[in-house]
Amino acid sequence: MKLGIPKEIFTDERRVAVTPPSAHKLIDLGYEVIVEAGAGEAAHYRDAAYEAVGASIAVDTRSLWQEADFILKVRAPIENPSLGAHEVDLMKEGAFLASYIWPAQNPKLLEKLAARNITAFAIDSLPRISRAQKMDALSAMANIAGYRAVIEAANHFGRFFTGQVTAAGKVPPAKVMVIGAGVAGLAAVGAANSLGAVVRAFDTRLEVKEQIESMGAEFLELDFGEEEGSGAGGYAKQMSDEFIKAEMALFAEQAKEVDIIITTALIPGKPAPRLITADMVKSMKPGSVIVDLASERGGNCELTEPGQVVEQHGVTVIGYTDLPSRMAKVASDLYATNLFHLLTELTPEKNGEPQVNMEDDVIRGLTVVHGGDVTWPPPQPEAPVSPKPAPGTEEPSAEQKEAARKESARRSLIGKGVLLLVTVAALYGVGAHAPESFLRHFTVFVLACFIGWQVIWNVTPSLHTPLMSVTNAISGIIVIGAMLHLAQAESVAVGIMAFVAVLIASINVGGGFRVTHRMLKMFRK
Amino acid sequence: MSTGLVSVAYVVASVLFILSLGGLSHQESARRGNLYGVAGILIALIATVANVSGGGLIAIVIAVLVGASVGIAIANKVEMTQMPQLVALLHSFVGLAAVFVGFAGYIEPLKVTVGTEHTIKLVEIFVGIFIGAITFTGSLVACGKLDGRIDSKALTLPGRHLMNLAAVVVSVLLGAWFLGTESLALGLIALVLMTLIACVLGIHLIMAIGGADMPVVVSMLNSYSGWAAASIGFMLGNDLLIVTGALVGSSGAILSYIMCKAMNRSFISVILGGFGQTSSSSAAADSDQSVHETTVDEVCEELRNAESVIIVPGYGMAVAQAQSGVSDMTKLLRERGVNVRFGIHPVAGRLPGHMNVLLAEAHVPYDIVLEMDEINDDFPDTDVVLVIGANDTVNPAAAEDPGSPIAGMPVLEVWKSHQVVILKRGMATGYSGVENPLFFKDNARMLFGDAKDSIDKLVSGLRG
Repeated sequence: MKLGIPKEIFTDERRVAVTPPSAHKLIDLGYEVIVEAGAGEAAHYRDAAYEAVGASIAVDTRSLWQEADFILKVRAPIENPSLGAHEVDLMKEGAFLASYIWPAQNPKLLEKLAARNITAFAIDSLPRISRAQKMDALSAMANIAGYRAVIEAANHFGRFFTGQVTAAGKVPPAKVMVIGAGVAGLAAVGAANSLGAVVRAFDTRLEVKEQIESMGAEFLELDFGEEEGSGAGGYAKQMSDEFIKAEMALFAEQAKEVDIIITTALIPGKPAPRLITADMVKSMKPGSVIVDLASERGGNCELTEPGQVVEQHGVTVIGYTDLPSRMAKVASDLYATNLFHLLTELTPEKNGEPQVNMEDDVIRGLTVVHGGDVTWPPPQPEAPVSPKPAPGTEEPSAEQKEAARKESARRSLIGKGVLLLVTVAALYGVGAHAPESFLRHFTVFVLACFIGWQVIWNVTPSLHTPLMSVTNAISGIIVIGAMLHLAQAESVAVGIMAFVAVLIASINVGGGFRVTHRMLKMFRK
Repeated sequence: MSTGLVSVAYVVASVLFILSLGGLSHQESARRGNLYGVAGILIALIATVANVSGGGLIAIVIAVLVGASVGIAIANKVEMTQMPQLVALLHSFVGLAAVFVGFAGYIEPLKVTVGTEHTIKLVEIFVGIFIGAITFTGSLVACGKLDGRIDSKALTLPGRHLMNLAAVVVSVLLGAWFLGTESLALGLIALVLMTLIACVLGIHLIMAIGGADMPVVVSMLNSYSGWAAASIGFMLGNDLLIVTGALVGSSGAILSYIMCKAMNRSFISVILGGFGQTSSSSAAADSDQSVHETTVDEVCEELRNAESVIIVPGYGMAVAQAQSGVSDMTKLLRERGVNVRFGIHPVAGRLPGHMNVLLAEAHVPYDIVLEMDEINDDFPDTDVVLVIGANDTVNPAAAEDPGSPIAGMPVLEVWKSHQVVILKRGMATGYSGVENPLFFKDNARMLFGDAKDSIDKLVSGLRG
C-alpha cells in the first residue's frame, strides 16, 4: 500500500507528518512511501533525505493525492486554493487518512470524508490510556507548545526570568502564573522554573497538585469545598458557576502581582473558557506578557487575537496558534514517531496492509469515519477512579486523636511530677545527711554528667561507633582504682583480684584507643 | 609526687577526656580527639604510678603492659565487621574490673571511714559491684549474640518481668543486710550473693532482647560501664574516675536514647525486651503477593542509565563483607558521572554508626554518606535505590500500616524512588520478624543471592 505525505498548505504550518527516519521504518512495515516535493522543507528535511531512505518523490501535488492509498498529514484536510479543490476530494475513493481532524468542531468534514468512503483516524481523538501513550500526538505537541510559550513570553518580556543581584542593582525574578496543568501547562511550568522564574500554577483538577509541585511550581489552591474538576479520560470538565466565580477572583488577584500569565485551559469539545478578562489585563503591570495557548479555540483571555501578538493596555498578548509549528523540526520528529506507532498498531502483520480492528479500544477511539459512516464519538471511557483507603487503615478521627493526645499529655505530666518529687526528695536526703566529702564528689559527678550531656549531643551520628569505642577506652580509667588497690594489697586474694582488674582494664584502654584510631583513620573525604 | 600534683594531673586528664569526646563532633577533629584521650589516660597512669610506693609497682607495670599489649593486639586483628562484638566484650571487662575493685575496696579499704561516710561508702561499693556485675555478664551475652554464638532471637521466659523484679528486690534486701552487718565475713557473703544475682540478672536481661535492638543494648551497656566506673570513683573518693564515669555514662545514655528514637520505641520497652515475637499480624494479608525477581545484567543496565543512585546498606552488607565491593561500585558509577549517595538509617547494623565505619573502612568518601533525615526527601528524584542487606529500616509498613509492630518507626522511604533493587539472600524477615511489603511493590526488584557475590558481579558487569 502506498502512503502519501503531502506538503502542509495551512498558513504557517511548517511541520511534516513523516520524517526520513520514520519513512524508513514505515517502509520496513511493508509500505511504499511517496512524498510531495518540498513537504519536509520547512522542517529542514530535504527531498533527497527521503529518497535516500527509499521513499519516492511525487511528480506533482495532484498525482500524490490520487496515487496514495493512505494519506498521512498534520492538519485536517482543507480547501487547496491553488488546485481549486478540497483535499478530501483529491483523495482516492475508499482511502485511509491519519491527521488531526478535531471531529467535534468539524462535523462537515466528517460527512465529507464519509461520503468518499474514507477511513479517517483522528490523532486528536486518541483515548488517554497507557498503552496509547506512544501515539499521543496531543501530549507531544502540547509539551512543545508549553516550552515554546515560555520562550515566546521571555522574548517579549523586558526582564530576566531569574532574580539577580548585580553590581548595577538588584533584579527581581519574574513571576509566572500558569493556568491549566495539562501537558502544556506542566511543560511551561518546567521551562519557566528552569529559567529561574517564580512559578505558580492553577488547575481545577486537584489530582494534579502533586505534579505541579514536582515541576517546581506552587499550586494555587481555591478554598472551595468538594468540587473536583476531573472529567472522563483525565481531562478537565466544566465547573459550576460558584467555582468559576471563586476562580476568577483568584486570577484577578494574581494578575496584579504576576508578570507573565500562560493560559492552557481547554475543555474537550467546548470553546476555551474565558478566564482572563479585559479588566484583569488592565490591572497587570505594564510590560507584562500573556501567552494564550487556547487562542485557536477562542482564547482564555478576552483580548487574545488568534495568531497575533497584540499590545493591550501595555500588556503583550500572544495568541500564536502555531507554537509547535514554530519548532517544526522537533515537532515533526515527535509527530512522525506518533504516526509510525499508529501504523505499527494498524499493521500487525507488517505486510503493508492496514487492518481496522474496531474491537481495539485505541483504534476504535481513533477511527472517526469508517465504511461510509461517521463513527465519532466512540463509547465513553470511564472516569479515573482514585483508590479508596483499605478498610482499617483510615486515619483516626480528630476527636480520637485529640483524646489520645490529652491522655498522653496528662500521663507525661504526672510522670514529670513524680520525677520532680523523687529528685527533690533525693537531693534533700543527700544534702541533709551526706558528709562534706561525699558532697564534693557529688558536685563533681553532677557537673560531669552535664558536660557529658552537652558534649555528646554534638557528636556527629556517623562517629557513633568511634564514640563508643573511645568512651569504652576511657572507662578503662577504672584501672587507676585497681592500681591503687594492687599497690597496697595485703592479702593474696585482694592482690590477685586487683592484678586481674588492672590487666583487663588495661586491655580495655589499649584495645579501645587502638581500635578507635584504626576506625578514625579510615574516615576520609 | 605530692597529692597536689596528682590532683592536678587528674584535672588535666579529665579535661583531656572531655576534649576527646568533643573532638568527635567532626570527622576532621576526631583523630585529634582520640589522641587527647590517649594523652589523658597516660597522664593519669603516670601520676598514679608515681604516687605508688612499695612492692606493688612491678606487678602494676607488668599488668598494665601485658594488658595494653593484649588489647592493642586484639584491636589490630579485629575485622571492622566484628566491631560490635569487640565493643561489647570490652564493656564486659570494665564491668568485671569494677566488680573486682569493689571487692578489693570492701576487704581492704584504702582509707578508713566511720559513721555516715562509712555507710555511704558501703552503698557505693554495693551499687558499683551490682552495676559492674550486670555489665559484665550482660556484655558477654551481647557479645555472644552479636557473634552468632548465642541465638539472637529474644528469649522470653514466662514471668520474666517478675523474675527481674524479684532479683532486684532480693538484691536490695541483701544490700540492707550488708549495710547492717559489722562482720566482714557476713558482708562478703552478702556481696557474693548479690554479685551472683546481678550476674544472672545481666544474662537474663540481655537474653530477652532481640537482635534488632542490639544498638540500644550495646549503648546501654556502654552507659552502665560508665556508671560502674563512677560508683567505684565514689568509693575511692577519686574525682577522675567520677568525671570519666559520668562522661561515659551520659554518653551511653544519650546514644541509647538516639537509637530508641530512631526505632520509635520507648527505652523501657527495649530494656524489658521480648520484641519481635508477637508480630506476624499483618504478614498473612500479603502472603499471596508475588515479588519481581531481577538479574545482575538488568541491574547493571539500570545503574548505567541512572542519573542518581542511593545505596541503603544494612546489617546484611556487614555479614556478607560486601563493603569493599560496594565501594568499588560507587567509584565506577561516580566515574561515569552518576550521583551516588548512601542513606544510613540510625539503627542500621548492630552498633550506632556501624555502617559508617564499614563504609569508611572501604574508603567510601564520608561526604556522600548521609543520614536518614538528610536523604529521605531525595528518594522521589532518585532513579535507582540499591538496598543491600537492609530490611526493617526500609519497611514501608512502618509508615503505612498502623497495625504493624514497627508502625511509626522512621524509615528510609526507598519505595518513593523510581526503582528499588533489593539484594537479599532469601525471603526471610528482618530481626524484628515483620513482613516487609516493600518487596511486593511494583517498583521493587529482588536480586537474590549473597550480597558480596551479587555486588562483585555488578562490579564486573559495570566494568565490562
